[in-house]
Amino acid sequence: MTDSEKLFNSGVLTEEKPGAVKPPKDLWESKKQGLVVVECPQRIPCNPCNTSCPTKAIKPFADINDTPEIDYEKCTGCALCVAVCPGLACFVVDLTFSPDKALFKLPYEMLPVPAKGDTVDCLGRTGEVVAKGTVEAVVEPKKDRTNVVHVSAPKEFADKIRAIRVVK
Amino acid sequence: MREITTDVLVVGGGAAGLSAAAEAATAGAKVTVIESDLQLGGQLIKQTHKFFGSKDEYAGTRGYKIANILLDEIDQNKKNVEVLTNTTVTGYYIEDQMFTAMQGEEEYFRVKAKKAIVATGAQERLIPFPNNDMPGVYGAGAVQTLMNVYGVTPGKRVLMVGAGNIGLIVSYQLMQAGVEIAAIVEGASRIGGYWVHAAKVRRMGVPILLQHSILEAKGDKVVTGATICGVDDHFQPTCEQKEIDCDIICLAVGLTPTTELLFQAGCEMQFVPQLCGYVAARDRTMRTSHPDFWSAGDAMGIEEASAAMVEGRIAGHSAAASLGLPVKKENFDEYWKRLDHLRAGEVGEKIRAGIGKVMRDKWEGR
Repeated sequence: MTDSEKLFNSGVLTEEKPGAVKPPKDLWESKKQGLVVVECPQRIPCNPCNTSCPTKAIKPFADINDTPEIDYEKCTGCALCVAVCPGLACFVVDLTFSPDKALFKLPYEMLPVPAKGDTVDCLGRTGEVVAKGTVEAVVEPKKDRTNVVHVSAPKEFADKIRAIRVVK
Repeated sequence: MREITTDVLVVGGGAAGLSAAAEAATAGAKVTVIESDLQLGGQLIKQTHKFFGSKDEYAGTRGYKIANILLDEIDQNKKNVEVLTNTTVTGYYIEDQMFTAMQGEEEYFRVKAKKAIVATGAQERLIPFPNNDMPGVYGAGAVQTLMNVYGVTPGKRVLMVGAGNIGLIVSYQLMQAGVEIAAIVEGASRIGGYWVHAAKVRRMGVPILLQHSILEAKGDKVVTGATICGVDDHFQPTCEQKEIDCDIICLAVGLTPTTELLFQAGCEMQFVPQLCGYVAARDRTMRTSHPDFWSAGDAMGIEEASAAMVEGRIAGHSAAASLGLPVKKENFDEYWKRLDHLRAGEVGEKIRAGIGKVMRDKWEGR
């Protein structure tokens, strides 16, 4: 087994796979509010991302075990799937936020809940601190204790940042 | 000794038992649910994470809320349902077709039931290692009970043994409660639980050490650490060893179906590794080789709670039908469609193989 396979087998995405692909570059760079990035590379019986998607950008599943496929033209970056996904595997990344920063809309179920304006650690897929970020908003779309934290951070880490940690 | 009678006795008030009771009571059966815990809900009440599946299995809803949904359904048929909590079914006597039960610590009574649905769930496995009897070594179920039922954190820094769904989910819940996870060790070369559950804890900085296991717990009177080691493809320790600083060792190394009552009833039993122990042979109605005994949920093989709830529905539906009550055949077909969907993925492969070994088309001599 290669090191990359070992890493993947422990729950770290190492390359694009069915159910975990990046949005098309041109559309991603121009789409206001951002596009969804789904990292769900295993066939498991689960479909709330599709059933909650108001525009059906997450395509209907032929089989509930299918991995998600996305019609990026339809995605509005609303982040409802971010709030709903039981696996916390949906993220929205908005590359139009500012010339040098992207806005990440990330699921967050830890305490303490950060507030707008806070500086937080932005974490990569193994929990490594990638950059400092600024909390732009905290919302709880489904009022079910899954917060969606909007955090701005340098654009170059669009493919790296997937979580935050509140620094005391 | 007091004796109670009922149409359908449901043993166990967890995900499968509550679903079975709701289904049978809705069809008009008089149902008695006996639950050993102080409250109904089984493992559901400890599940603070959102469930997978589809809308039919309450996907996206947290487990403890699903327990409330099932309890509401039972409440709507409360004229048909009697619930006895803090009560343990202690045995089944095949010669008298009689159950015995114990309420609290001393009150024993008999239960005579026309039909029985055994939804006794599972027991945790533990693994042997030096000092595994020291305070600080917990089963994952106990950790969940302490945290999510009683609001008590078990310690400050945890070594989690096992990266199946329980090990991964309990690690996440511990972090939510402010407890640090030193590492998760897993003997196999890949995580056993859902990949997304692992990704969730990985991105919070938790190491998952594959092909690693615990060698021993360290400490004088209580756990102060653990020695872990690498294991090879045959689960034999390699010379690679490491000390972990922790005050809790949490074992999430699998479950075994709880089947004593099914054995006592003389049900045809078979050891099926994919279902994690001895389980009863069953037909598609979840009926066992004993014509008055059904079983559902983890007692029939270790699987997700979503599947346990559907199996409970099937068992309740069939038990009610066997009493001559009107039930809708299309519901039965619908439930099987759901089960087939839930088991169609790669994680369901093992379950499908296991069930194939114990599924019977018909029973000899019936």
